[in-house]
Amino acid sequence: MSPAARLMTVLGVLAAILVLAGAAALFVGSAAISPRAVVSAVTGRAAPESVESVVTLSIRLPRILVAMLAGGALAVAGVAFQGLTRNPLAEPSVLGISGGAAFGVVIGQSVGFGPGVLEAAGLTVFAFAGALLAAGAVYLIAAAGRGFQIQTLLLAGVIVGIFFASAITVVISLLDFNRLGGVIHWLLGNLAPIPRGSLALFAGLAALGFWLVLTRARELNLLALGEESAQQLGVNAERLKLAIFIGAALLTASVVAFAGPIGFVGLIVPHALRMVLGPDNRLLVPASLVGGGAFLLLADTLARNIVAPAELSVGVITSFCGAPFFVYLLRTRYRASL
Amino acid sequence: MGAPLLELNGVGFAYPASPGHRERPFRLHDLSFAIAPGEIVGVIGPNSAGKTTLIRLLTRVLAPTAGEIVLEGRPLARWSQAELARRIAVVPQGVLPRFPFTVGELVLMGRYPHAPDRYFENPADLAAAREAMAATGVLELAALPLDSLSGGERQRAVVARALAQEPRLLILDEPTAHLDLRYQAESAALLRRLNRERGVTVLLVSHDLNLAGEICDRLLLMADGRLVAAGAPEAVLEESLLGAVFACEVTVEKSATTRRPVVQLTWRVDSPNAGAAASPTANQRR
Repeated sequence: MSPAARLMTVLGVLAAILVLAGAAALFVGSAAISPRAVVSAVTGRAAPESVESVVTLSIRLPRILVAMLAGGALAVAGVAFQGLTRNPLAEPSVLGISGGAAFGVVIGQSVGFGPGVLEAAGLTVFAFAGALLAAGAVYLIAAAGRGFQIQTLLLAGVIVGIFFASAITVVISLLDFNRLGGVIHWLLGNLAPIPRGSLALFAGLAALGFWLVLTRARELNLLALGEESAQQLGVNAERLKLAIFIGAALLTASVVAFAGPIGFVGLIVPHALRMVLGPDNRLLVPASLVGGGAFLLLADTLARNIVAPAELSVGVITSFCGAPFFVYLLRTRYRASL
Repeated sequence: MGAPLLELNGVGFAYPASPGHRERPFRLHDLSFAIAPGEIVGVIGPNSAGKTTLIRLLTRVLAPTAGEIVLEGRPLARWSQAELARRIAVVPQGVLPRFPFTVGELVLMGRYPHAPDRYFENPADLAAAREAMAATGVLELAALPLDSLSGGERQRAVVARALAQEPRLLILDEPTAHLDLRYQAESAALLRRLNRERGVTVLLVSHDLNLAGEICDRLLLMADGRLVAAGAPEAVLEESLLGAVFACEVTVEKSATTRRPVVQLTWRVDSPNAGAAASPTANQRR
């Protein structure tokens, strides 16, 4: 089968899973609404102010869209960071980039940015700046050693992540100690419904990041041979790295600004897909977008229902899946390179 | 001899001084030579002679700080990176990609410079890749991941990747450094066959004086960033010259079978000052 045909097949299967997961998420929840009522709300036959319409269209549906977007964005960011650093275990949260973005968001909130669309754009700018700051710190720490060894980069990411987590609690404690609980909830990743305008902005930013990575997927493959070899094959390595980095940072920052720093999606989804598709980024990048959306949607549906009527942060589910998965990868596949 | 394929005129290069790295930053001085189409030229010399830097200059990973490199009559600086990759292909020292690409996927990467904007390769690319794999005998390994191959097979896969670029000049960086004896002989035969059958010009950069002496038409001997000698293997692989450049004692004989020069190190394992200077195997990259 040609790569294009393989991509179409995989995208078809993943899209089917995504649609099924979306339907499931629409029908289940802590508010007891019958499937028939959900259908009548979606088809517009229920009154706009009825409980089923409000719950289905204003709570569940936006949340489903946020989950799909955030999951897809994080998975693509994972593929991008893995290709960029030539490190199969790299990922926005492991590299500390999410932590930096979260710090940016907290700083943004502390100077008074609220929930409006313009203010959401402002928060994203802060998140992006935080992501750049964290990436710069990780780079400087990791580059101090000889080359970019897998473990050096991971250690640098973990250190930077811990630093920013502490910095966030300091900022919050200084401002308003009572909000600390809410912030911790957000720091674990929280897919609360966001206003329509913000959702559109989120989608636009994520699309830009996705486009930056997708259009360079072939060059990203060549980068796996090393920067010098990529250059000798005709790739402008400096420009490539910059574009991939900006794309991945943008994807990460927008997710953190709109949904919080959800961990491990960028590790789990690309690796699962790599087992099926192989390492070709031209297949992995689009498949991760759809697969990541489906994965986070399923995780969020679980988070909403597992302890109903209370709910967990979706980040708890992804971390509970991701941490053992990370250990598994470390102990099996990448043992030799550590 | 017609117009040269590649010409270096007084090329010099200096790495920027970095504090605490080396006392004296490495430099290349006034390098001038030409390579004619169809030649097999060897670049030999001790560690830190400037061999790797030369490869980086020829592929424009680095730009010369003096002089000019001219490819097919046009200064190297005026070629685009992709154009250059359609003329010059490099077989680097054995480094594996960190992701488990298959042989086929690796070889197809060599098609990138022919259409950088294409997302997937087209049938012509696939045909060129198959042909390159057939030429180096790895066609039946196409679906296997690189890390499952032997050293010799991997080397042939990387050469196939370079051939898929359809280059006029093939540069090999220490092609036998990590190979068993059997694979060393195999790659020497492969290089000669590619040169004869496809007319590919070959620049072989190697520590292995005997490999270079055996398959090259001409040798360039470098030391301390300078070209010390150039000419036929018989002229360059000469006892007193090698003794001075490598700072050790060697004897050169003629091979009974190929009439080519064979260099032998005079071992002095009992002498108190035998040591690092006489070890040509340690490999240092810049």
